[in-house]
This record gives sequence, structure tokens and C-alpha cells, in this order.
Amino acid sequence: MSSPPVIQIEHLFKEYQTDAGAVPVLKDVSLTVMPGEFVAIMGPSGSGKSTFMNILGCLDIPTSGSYLLNSRDVGKQSPDELAGLRNQVIGFVFQGFNLLPRASLEDNIALPLIYRGVERRERLARANEMLEKVGLGGYQRSHPNQISGGQQQRVAIARALVSRPKLILADEPTGNLDTHTSQEIMALFSELNERDGITVVLVTHENDIAAGARRLVRLADGRIVYDGKMSDAPPHVEMTP
Amino acid sequence: MIAAMLSEAWVAMGANRLRTFLTMLGMVIGVSAVILMLAIGQGAQQRVQASIASMGSNLFIILSGSVTSGGVRMGGGATPTLTLADAQALEELPSVVAVAPTSPGTAQIVYGSNNWSTQVSGTTPGFLIVRDWPLSSGAVFTESDIRSATRVALLGQTVATNLFGDEDPVGKTIRIKNSPYLVLGLLSAKGQSLDGRDQDDTVVVPVTTAQRKLFGSQFGGAVRFIMVQAESDEAMPAVERSMNELLRQRHRIREGADNDFSVRNLTALANTAAETAQVMSLMLGAIASVSLLVGGIGIMNIMLVSVTERTREIGIRMAIGARSRDILLQFLLEAIIISVIGCMIGVVLGVGGALLVGRFADMPVLITITPILMAFAVAASVGVFFGYYPARKAASMRPIDALRFQ
Repeated sequence: MSSPPVIQIEHLFKEYQTDAGAVPVLKDVSLTVMPGEFVAIMGPSGSGKSTFMNILGCLDIPTSGSYLLNSRDVGKQSPDELAGLRNQVIGFVFQGFNLLPRASLEDNIALPLIYRGVERRERLARANEMLEKVGLGGYQRSHPNQISGGQQQRVAIARALVSRPKLILADEPTGNLDTHTSQEIMALFSELNERDGITVVLVTHENDIAAGARRLVRLADGRIVYDGKMSDAPPHVEMTP
Repeated sequence: MIAAMLSEAWVAMGANRLRTFLTMLGMVIGVSAVILMLAIGQGAQQRVQASIASMGSNLFIILSGSVTSGGVRMGGGATPTLTLADAQALEELPSVVAVAPTSPGTAQIVYGSNNWSTQVSGTTPGFLIVRDWPLSSGAVFTESDIRSATRVALLGQTVATNLFGDEDPVGKTIRIKNSPYLVLGLLSAKGQSLDGRDQDDTVVVPVTTAQRKLFGSQFGGAVRFIMVQAESDEAMPAVERSMNELLRQRHRIREGADNDFSVRNLTALANTAAETAQVMSLMLGAIASVSLLVGGIGIMNIMLVSVTERTREIGIRMAIGARSRDILLQFLLEAIIISVIGCMIGVVLGVGGALLVGRFADMPVLITITPILMAFAVAASVGVFFGYYPARKAASMRPIDALRFQ
């Protein structure tokens, strides 16, 4: 335990204000993720896993509780500093890929580097390096609508990797893909985790996808109901009281 | 960073070419309208000013007569009450530079086989000073020509061209009303007057010659009007007062009785004309500016639509690390690029249109750099001003909301 945790969350609460009053979504969640871990977060719809993911990704702020990302207190960062964290510490992978349709693949991948002030030549060099890494070398001038869903997700992963993040957050990364392609994407995550030591946290509702991770966190009704090794997880625990 | 954003803005604009073009069109029309209108306005203004300058500066014209005869009031100049002696007396007044008593008339002029009807003005050498009208060749007649009413003449350019063609008229003899006149000099070209008359269509002879030999006069020494040039603009009111006093005294007009002459301040009239032209120029510019404003509002309109359409894109950008100011800059740059390119096209069209109008519509146009620079500055600020609100709207979105937008 030489290096500090990547994620350290203590007693985190999140509630949304609606017309009907405050609706609690996350209730006293604590979670610590060490560098190099591969964590799957599971839970039924409405369990709060998307909200949890948004908070992990610094896209949303908790109502109370503390969140240290890479030893920095997220609650004390300015909006610009949060943008910096999203840019440099976190790599996002979304269910819907979220590529810019008008930009070429290499421009899509290089996008995070623009906001870091990296000059063009290096941006494109790194983008192409990432494109090779996800197995799409030679596609740099193509556009997102010219490639398959699985390939688009690979491009999205390349974009997440280009800023050399410590942590990859994947929100239902295989939700729009067929089983075979899903397995390929999971294999890519495993490879990044094992070979490059990148911490991966992914949200999914599919058991066979989650099986690729080594640690399982199960959410239900805004609380963590299971947190442990994937291999020790009780089967078919969908709704634990 | 800016370079990257510029190229991104370029791609974004290229993605919807028709819309970008239409947005730009507002700017193009606005800018070209401003430049064209100002060119026309300033052209008109310049023409008026040139006419005023050609008339002579600080000028009074004293017309003889408005007399009342049996209850019927006659118009100005009806009775020749002004005389050469009056003119000589006026010349003695302080701050008076030159005086030109004038008796005009119309006569047929013949040289060789050519003839031409024109205005003949009998006057003194002071005429050329008052009208600021130098000779282009030859010499002016002298005081002794006036004393002895010699038959000499100065020709305007139009008359010279019509009678002599390319020949040099100086030293030649022309015939006016069948009497021979020696051409002493040729007046320089003057151009049109304020009311569009050709000022060069004239012949100048000694005033006494006109009175005694050309037109005759019931009253010896009477002239139709006297032109007086004051030393300066500031001296004009004082000169006007002293002229009135002097002429009333000379004409023995009793206290309270009407003047038998009238004094007109031509400079004041000219200034009014100049002001009118300037107001017209400003009005044209103001009307054209409205279209510039409308163009700016068009940019804002499209940018607002664009921001809404691209909400998800904004969310993605924020999720991967764009700060508010990056988003702000991106949309602002798009607005500025549209307005600046629109402005450049507008300048080209405006200048081109002004040149066309100048050539084919026989309208004076004056293209100066100032309105072009102004239009450019205004267009850029319109881009910033009307682009800022939509850009601000984009930049202030919360990343989570922008990402969820469908």
C-alpha cells in the first residue's frame, strides 16, 4: 500500500431537489479504489449507479460527504479545476460513444489534448498512437459514421487514453454493442488494466460483462450492498434488502 | 490553442454551409450598404463643397431695388438703384477685400463662322478676386479700360471651346452684337454651380462697356448687383452692418423706410447647402447601419440555435476537459469569423457597387478609407456583441445537463 488510493469516498450523500421535495439517490456511500484495480459497479435501474458514476467523473457534485480523487478533494475544486481533473486524471467512455460526428477519428481522439494546449503535431502523433493501440491503425481520416459501433467504442477508448489518465470510467460501455463485440471491448479494458496498470471502473448491468472485472461493487437503493472480489460474489443477487 | 479552435470553428461552419452563408449574408448586406451609402453621401457632399468653393468665399451679393410704386411692390433688382459709385464707396469700407459691380445680359457672340449665345457680364477686375476665378491665359482688363469703356473681353472655357475649338482665343477679335471685341484673356475652368448651371458659359467685359455699348441703361452708371467679398467669415456681420448703413446714407433713405436694395449672404446659403448634404450623408449612413444591426441580430439568432443544437457536443467537450472559457471562446470565434468574413465580402461588394454607381449612374461617389475601417470595426464588435450571449449560454451549461441532452 505504498501509493495513495485513486478514489477515496467517505459517507457520500446525493439528493436531487424536485417539486415533491428532496429525493435521496445515494445514501452514505463509502468506497476506496486503489491504483491498478478493475472494479465493476452493478445494480438495478434506479439504484443510483449512474449518479454515482457522474460524481466519480466530476460531472456532478455530491450533496455531502468527501471525495478524494488522486488525493485531491473534489469538493474544494473550482469548475475550471474540475475540468482539469476530467481532462488529465480521468478518461471517460460512454454507452453512446459520444464522438463528434463532424470530426475525423484522429481529431476526435486528439480533442482532450486541445484543452491541454498540446501543439498540433504532437496531438496527432499521440492520437494515431492510441488508434494503433485500440487496433484501428489507418482509420485516422475516417469519420465516426463510417465505422461500426464496436469500432466507435474503440475510438472512444482511445480518446479516453490519449491524455494518459490514471483512471478510466466506463458507463455501460457495451450497452449498445452485440455480445461478441462486447467481449472484445472488455478484453481491451482488461489489457489496459493488466498491461498498463490503468485503474478501470465500469458500470454495467450485465453479469457476463461484470465478470471481466476483479472486484464487484453492487448498489441497491442508493447503498452499497456488496463490495468484494468478483469470484466471491453471491450469484444472482439482484435485490438485496 | 487558438489555431486549433479556429480550425474547429471552420469545420463547424462548413458543416452547415447554407446556414453559415445566410448568416453571413446579413453582415454582407449591412456592410456593403453602409459603404455604398456613405460613398454616395460623401460624393454629394463633396460636389456641394466644390460648388461652394467655386462660388468664392465670404461673399455678399447686393441686389438693387425693391421699390414700391403706387402700392405695388416690385421684386429685387426691378429698379437699378445701385451704381458704380456705390461700388466704389463700398470698396472703401473696412474688412472689404474686393467689390464687383455687375451688369449681366445675354448676347450673341460671333467668331468667324461660329456663333454662340451666352451670358455677358459687365464688371470690374474685382470680379475675378471675388469669384476666386483666375485666368488660365492672357490678362485682365484694367481700370483704364473701365474708364474708357473699351471693347475687350474675357472668355469662359465653354464659350472659348464653342467659338474657337482648339484655337487659342487670346488676341483674337470676336463680335458681340456686331461690334468687335478684343479677347484679352481666357478664364480657367470652374465647373457647375450649386444649381447646376455651367459657370464657364460666360463672357466678361468691363462694366462700363456693358452699360454704354452693349445693353444700354436708362440710368447712367446703374448696375444690377454688386458682389462684395469680406476679409473673413468673422468679419461678415460687421461688413453687412456697415454696408447697410453706407448704402442707406448714399441712397438718402429716411429712418424707418425700407431699403431700396437687399443684401444676401451667399456664404450662409452655401453653408446651409453643405449642412443639408452632410445631414443627407449621415442619414444614409444611419439607415444603412440599421441593416448592419439586423445582420448582427441574425448572427445572434443563428448562434442561439446552434448552441441548442450542439448542446450534446458541448457536454462531450466539457466531459473530456473543456473549461467554460474554452466553450465561450469557441462560439465567440465562430461568431467573429462569420462577421469578419461577411464584412470583408461586404467591403468588396460595397466598394464595387460604389464604383459601378459612380460610373454608370452619373452620381458622384467618394470612397474613403474611414467608413471602410468603421464598418469593419463595427462588424467585428457586432460579432462579439451578438455572439457573446449565445456563447455565454453555451459556456454556462452544467456538463451533466449538457451530456444528458438529447
